[in-house]
Amino acid sequence: MREDEEPRIGVFVCHCGVNISAVVNVPEVVEYAKTLPNVIHAEGNLYTCSSDGLSKIKEAIKKHKLNRVVVASCTPRTHEPLFRDACEEAELNKYLFHMANIREHCSWVHPKEPKKATEKAKETVRMAVAKAALLEPQEEPEIDIEPSALVIGGGVAGMTAALSLANQKFTVHLVEKGGELGGKLTELYKLYPNERYSSEILEEFVQAVRSNPNITVYTSSTVKRSEGFIGNFKVVVNHDGKEKDLDVGTIIVATGADVLKPNHMYRYGECKNILTQLELEQLMKEKKLGKPQNVVMIQCVGAREEKEGGRNYCSRICCAIAVKNALQIKELLPETEVSIIYRDMQTYGKDFEEYYKKARENFVQFIRYDAETPPEVFTRPDGKLGVRVHDILVNATLELDTDLVVLSTPLVQSDGAQDLSKILKVPLGADGFFLEAHVKLRPVDFATDGVFVCGTAHSPKTIAETIAQAYAAASRAGIPMAVKRVRTEAITAFVDESKCTGCGICTKLCPYNAIQKDERGVARVNDVLCKGCGVCAASCPEKAIGMRHFSDAQVLAEATAALGGS
Amino acid sequence: MPNSVLVVGGGIAGIQASLDLANRGTKVYLVEELPSIGGRMAQLDKTFPTLDCSICILAPKMIECLRHPNINLMTYSKVKEVSGDAGDFTVKVVKKPRYVDAEKCTGCGTCTEKCPIKVPSEFDMGLGIRKAIYMPFKQAVPLVATIEPENCLYFTKGICKVCERVCPSKAVNYEQKSEETMLNVSSIILATGFDVFDPSSMSEYGYGRFKNVVQSMEFERLISASGPTGGHLVRSSDGKEPKRVVFVQCVGSRSQRGELPYCSSVCCVYATKESILIKEHVPDTDVYIMYIDMRAIGKGFQEFVDRAKKEYGVKYIKAHPGGIAEDPTTKDLQIHYEDMPTGEMKRLTADMVVLCPALIPKEGNKKIAEIMGLELDECGFFKSKDKLIAPVDTNVLGIYVCGYCQCPKDIPESVAQASGAAARAAETIMCVSNEAKS
Repeated sequence: MREDEEPRIGVFVCHCGVNISAVVNVPEVVEYAKTLPNVIHAEGNLYTCSSDGLSKIKEAIKKHKLNRVVVASCTPRTHEPLFRDACEEAELNKYLFHMANIREHCSWVHPKEPKKATEKAKETVRMAVAKAALLEPQEEPEIDIEPSALVIGGGVAGMTAALSLANQKFTVHLVEKGGELGGKLTELYKLYPNERYSSEILEEFVQAVRSNPNITVYTSSTVKRSEGFIGNFKVVVNHDGKEKDLDVGTIIVATGADVLKPNHMYRYGECKNILTQLELEQLMKEKKLGKPQNVVMIQCVGAREEKEGGRNYCSRICCAIAVKNALQIKELLPETEVSIIYRDMQTYGKDFEEYYKKARENFVQFIRYDAETPPEVFTRPDGKLGVRVHDILVNATLELDTDLVVLSTPLVQSDGAQDLSKILKVPLGADGFFLEAHVKLRPVDFATDGVFVCGTAHSPKTIAETIAQAYAAASRAGIPMAVKRVRTEAITAFVDESKCTGCGICTKLCPYNAIQKDERGVARVNDVLCKGCGVCAASCPEKAIGMRHFSDAQVLAEATAALGGS
Repeated sequence: MPNSVLVVGGGIAGIQASLDLANRGTKVYLVEELPSIGGRMAQLDKTFPTLDCSICILAPKMIECLRHPNINLMTYSKVKEVSGDAGDFTVKVVKKPRYVDAEKCTGCGTCTEKCPIKVPSEFDMGLGIRKAIYMPFKQAVPLVATIEPENCLYFTKGICKVCERVCPSKAVNYEQKSEETMLNVSSIILATGFDVFDPSSMSEYGYGRFKNVVQSMEFERLISASGPTGGHLVRSSDGKEPKRVVFVQCVGSRSQRGELPYCSSVCCVYATKESILIKEHVPDTDVYIMYIDMRAIGKGFQEFVDRAKKEYGVKYIKAHPGGIAEDPTTKDLQIHYEDMPTGEMKRLTADMVVLCPALIPKEGNKKIAEIMGLELDECGFFKSKDKLIAPVDTNVLGIYVCGYCQCPKDIPESVAQASGAAARAAETIMCVSNEAKS
């Protein structure tokens, strides 16, 4: 459509079976639409989204030379792509299409007020028509995708993701900050639920990664800088003191987590017989456990509490770890008494519940405490350690002799997470872990295209869960690399350079880091990174930033129409 | 070597696996036994811990499956036979007759409006009604009517034919037969989901006998705006709003006496969500959750439980009730329980009780396992090849598993695992084809 062309709008009002028409008087809305400015054609359809309805749109575009289309029906979340496609098939740019939601906004929410719902439907159509008249065609830029990935972190998550991508025939750069691959696997003793040695599993993984021709491993390496966007990231890695440039299409964050050091909790650090579960595993691994007669484990140390130094979340795996280590001790030293002091036993699912049962059958003692009355570690007159706890299941305070106090502390954000979050411009949540794009339905995607997360960098989880999630990240990263090209958002911001004063408000506020100041100090939008959220346009004091498809003129026209003006 | 995958089960896990594969250019056959995809998530009101409307975030994905050029949606269909190996499976799928031509049906709903036969709606857990010709729910995909011959007057008595007469698209076809399709695929992904344990076998809770004792899937429909009461939470005995609601955890799960031994993983947090929903609908309702261990294990879940306590005033009691009694006149309920912290036997009156039953693997898994040579565990979940390092692989190369049918898990985990299964299927396509070349 040329700019000097008059708008010729077609309006299609959907009955949605009885969903709309049982409340809204559709013929009345159609007749009303015909009276609106620039409307050349209006009709009602039983189901505008049916193949019959879609062909009617296409026919009308041709017959009436329509250059704008409005469908008044349901939500654009589900149906906009369908109607846009129909417009494109009739050679109308899909951004010349607009939708009015008269189902969710009218019939479904006002079922008992058909008259008012019909009026509201008319107003909604009036708004859509007012905006449609000012719509402009838009293009979605297409970009090439470099079929190689950067995986950050060489633990079980990173190695699994790297192997999967390599098996999908992509080139993988695996960057690990430590001297060796393996992450936390290098520190663990035996693994649940099948009690295999961690070292054994580690060897299998490292062997597979090292022998895979598609994977290049960089140990003692960290990511220094990153710029670019999906398909075209330029990453600088510090490899053994030297800088190395990597061009990759996608990035997977698999940097893992650390274990909270329980400083100032339960007298940790005061004597060597008070240690964390991880430290206990190291003792068992190095066969230095000795022969303690009594072992007491305390759960939720610095977890599920808002105390200083603690975390308010549940770390998910500590109960199962305690059960596993209790059983390991029982296996090594059948005579040793092991007690687990817990608040809620988090042995969720099937295998852990079985494991918990097995521990009870093997005479591991479980004592339940309440967060209000936490246990206390004290030194007995004979110099040995004791734990005092109020057992809420028997409503009595017990004093346990012990040779070893083992503290179950939560997994916490890893050391480098803050820095990496800044380098990659991906967010951390309130809990300190990397924050995914959508908690339910996009668990391994970041809001930034082409960057993904898996493993305990995302939240505490077991090895099996980590592996499943690492495969997920490999699937998600594999999609654009397999397709090799992606279309990006057409609804983006643009800068009127004559108005921009270079104040920098937009560059600071942009959640996608899509705006930079150029050498002249003028804001410049990266179209590939921009998601069209509009934060910059709304905050620009000079009104120098405009939004494609949501121009001030379009939005004002819609608002004016809503208020009854024209 | 076909670049194609069979996905069995059209819930959120199957949908996610299908979309991931289709988006990378793989042909996907998505087989669902019910008339619509969507699975359990379509029935839920809101989801924890974000309180997103469940169908609102699911429906776009369902539509995407329908419209995707690489996805062949095979609803109302079952896998009957599988032969071959990874990289080259031959699959026979049988589609049940809908007695409605899916090409012609526009989903207008005229037939369902005019059909004289009312049947309890499976989608609404039997609490609402549907017709003998029906679409399971408003956002069903595909939106095509289905005649259930067991209840249809034409099929049972040879009369009526109203649907045929009123259909504006002439889509009704009583002569439709079942159809067999043969598929050739490289990999298979199983995502058959779960069923809900029937708590009526635990007579102490009175489910099925006492009108105001419901189970949690029923509750989801009762609180949902698209449900049989339009989202107005009422007791079925007298249609009144309940003033006190008690949730009971671990009904049939974590059982010491022969029901289900495992923890269903999601009940503590969904009960918390359902409690918050009650408080949002009617803030002065008293809401209690009786639990054994509060398992808020996922990301943001403990924070969600803390919010329920502090912001909404949901009360949590450490207890596993021994029994529920009904007042024969008021139909109010009395819950008998041992208060764990004091050891005292206590009673709590409520006007509605929501049981949170174990979620169990589908009965149909047995048949699928038999057809495909897969191993099930003693509870009926599909067994992973290795619980520790190969969670989405099965004992058969080229067949992968994801979602609740592998073991209890929540939606984000199901989605992640589904993408994971898709990655494994993509690997199979690449590796087998490469081996074939060399």
